Amino acid sequence: MSTQNLSNDQELFVSGHRACHGCGMSLAVRHILKATGKDVIVVTPTGCLETFTSPYGYSPWRVPWIHHLFENGPAIATGVVAALKAQKRESERVVAIGGDGSTFDIGFGSLSGMLERGDDVLYICVDNGAYMNTGGQRSSASPIYSSTTTDPAGKRSLGKLQKKKDLPTIIAAHGVPYVATASVAYLKDLQKKVKKAMGYHGARYIQIDSTCPSVWGFPSDQTLEVARRGVQSGMVPLFEMEDGEVTKVRKIKKKIPVEEYLKTQKRFKHIFSDADGREEIQTIQALADSNIERYGLLKKTAPQDAEVQD
Amino acid sequence: MNNTSVMEGSEAVAVAVKACRPHVISAYPISPQTHIVESLARMVAGGELDSQYVRVESEFSAASVISGASAAGSRSYTASSSQGLLLMTEVFYASAGMRLPFVITGVNRQISAPISIQVDHQDTMSLRDSGVIQFYVESSQEAYDTHMAAFKIAEDPGILLPVMVCMDGWILTHSYERITLLEQDEVDGFLPPFQPVNSLDVNDPKSWGSYAEEDMLMEFKYAVHQAMQSGKKRMKEIFTELAQITGRDHGGLIEAYRTEDAEFILVAMGSVTGTVKEAVDELRSEGKALGLIKLRCYRPFPHEDILNAIKGARAVGVMEANFSMGSEGAVSMDLKAKLCGQKDAPLVVSFIAGLGGREININTVRNIVEELEGVAGSDVPQLEPRWVGLNTDILPKGVE
Ligand SMILES: Cc1ncc(C[n+]2csc(CCOP(=O)(O)OP(=O)(O)O)c2C)c(N)n1
Ligand code: SF4
Ligand SMILES: [Mg+2]
Repeated sequence: MSTQNLSNDQELFVSGHRACHGCGMSLAVRHILKATGKDVIVVTPTGCLETFTSPYGYSPWRVPWIHHLFENGPAIATGVVAALKAQKRESERVVAIGGDGSTFDIGFGSLSGMLERGDDVLYICVDNGAYMNTGGQRSSASPIYSSTTTDPAGKRSLGKLQKKKDLPTIIAAHGVPYVATASVAYLKDLQKKVKKAMGYHGARYIQIDSTCPSVWGFPSDQTLEVARRGVQSGMVPLFEMEDGEVTKVRKIKKKIPVEEYLKTQKRFKHIFSDADGREEIQTIQALADSNIERYGLLKKTAPQDAEVQD
Repeated sequence: MNNTSVMEGSEAVAVAVKACRPHVISAYPISPQTHIVESLARMVAGGELDSQYVRVESEFSAASVISGASAAGSRSYTASSSQGLLLMTEVFYASAGMRLPFVITGVNRQISAPISIQVDHQDTMSLRDSGVIQFYVESSQEAYDTHMAAFKIAEDPGILLPVMVCMDGWILTHSYERITLLEQDEVDGFLPPFQPVNSLDVNDPKSWGSYAEEDMLMEFKYAVHQAMQSGKKRMKEIFTELAQITGRDHGGLIEAYRTEDAEFILVAMGSVTGTVKEAVDELRSEGKALGLIKLRCYRPFPHEDILNAIKGARAVGVMEANFSMGSEGAVSMDLKAKLCGQKDAPLVVSFIAGLGGREININTVRNIVEELEGVAGSDVPQLEPRWVGLNTDILPKGVE
């Protein structure tokens, strides 16, 4: 445990941490805390966020923060909530912020337990689509045809052959009151969703598409642009679900072909150099289109009951 | 303090835990631990116990929930056995390293495979190196008392480590015993509310579970070891303080039973020590200079007390309900290591006895003592453990 020097700074996540240049996740975290305010205890499972924020003796966290293990972020959060309840510390809330590896894969059982019990935790997944802290290995959140270090593209490989796990839907099926997706490209939207989630009690979930220049392979000054293209192509649908129903979506202003997103990143490079690449791009395009259709991301396809938002 | 009733061992533990007023309890079922957490659940449901009771989806989460609760400043508790304890292992290492003082009952049961639900000490002893303090008890009354001490020891500002109270499954948890209970004000006097040195608090934000590299990791580990080592004195004081309230003295980190002038000494832990004490009495009455060291505390290893108690003995037989595959019983290893190079060190022999619940009766103990006497004269180091009561008829072909 290390003590922090407290300044009067309004920022609750300050500079000086060791994230890579252009890391989308660090940006996301700063804005998450702007939205929650200071009365939160943050739980972070092992991953990039833990590593780059916690060299002993230093800390960018201006809120109480705990890291324990990789696969138990939700259970640690539940324990903190139980302690707060027992001590009648009603004004303090708990937010867990974990990577996709810990959320989608190894900590999934723990997360499912927390959701099913309805523990009063806002769980936020900063999703960069692979195990970045260990060098970019495949997770069940990795997008189809992305090349990862354990599922690399090669003469006989197109990278990951499976679609990204549809975690928001699985989480909503637990019957939690609020599920949302967000992107580092739209920080105001992200903050709004965090604030809204904090208005609910019980288990809530937000999944943030967090660009990773180092492993996705793009220049660090492109982090917002790459994230924006993910949303504009339909590959990263932004929506909110309340009590299991999609209630709001972020409309795509001007739809772009998925190629415009894919070609920005080295992890998809092989599908452009491959002679059969057209097929893979078409598959990805079809997935993006089905997202657009499913969530009504274009104005004309908006479902009747979904509120239109620009 | 004259509140005595007959109850199941599990109930005695639950009543002790309740009296310690934990804020948070987590529970996941596994035999033979279940009666403890079920009993606590009934107390919460009935309004007798005001604890947050979290019904988790795995033992990994059970241990994690109480770790998080402890970091947030709450006294917390869980219980488990066997596979469940192994599943918690990673959490124990982290929580000891983070100095989180919760209490857990380790209800002893063997480890698969083969699967079985019978008692031995393989489960808890596999957690040896985690930084969790471990006590072993002989009776349910001792289990009751030791849980009170456990919270106080865990939360001592000079110690701050998880504490596990290990008790034999079935033999203790599912048998009925007369238990003398403390009054609540006596418990409250002995064990005041948890006053964390540090905790997760928005008014005093701190970072926990940080990353430490080669320039400081060793110091963190050393500090845990030192908390255990220097904590030995404090543990004994706490046991004495409790004994003054209860009028029952179970010993400090060991109980030396008739070890004065003993030529042969057995070392054992858990409920079997009751049987061994009877055997010692019988053999003493037959003129044999035999004694027993009941190992109450396994981690930290109380070698100072043991060495002191075995001074002058010819041979020590360690009865072990655990085995380190490819080597020998774990307690023998500790003891031999501490004795190595000591002048006039007695011979130490590892007896593997009671794995998977195999019966140990007075005759078993007599046979062990006989074997011990047999090898004691030879002065040849006993490098191979002796498997007590091994049925060679049913071993697979080719196994000697
Ligand atoms: C039980 C366990 N298995 C594996 C690891 C190694 N490990 C640490 S962080 C990490 C990857 C984290 O991935 P993710 O959760 O997606 O977070 P990111 O680093 O991508 O932000 C892995 C595999 C570990 N610490 N613990
Ligand atoms: S590897 Fe990626 S996610 Fe991790 S710190 Fe660097 S940019 Fe951020
Ligand atoms: Mg990741």
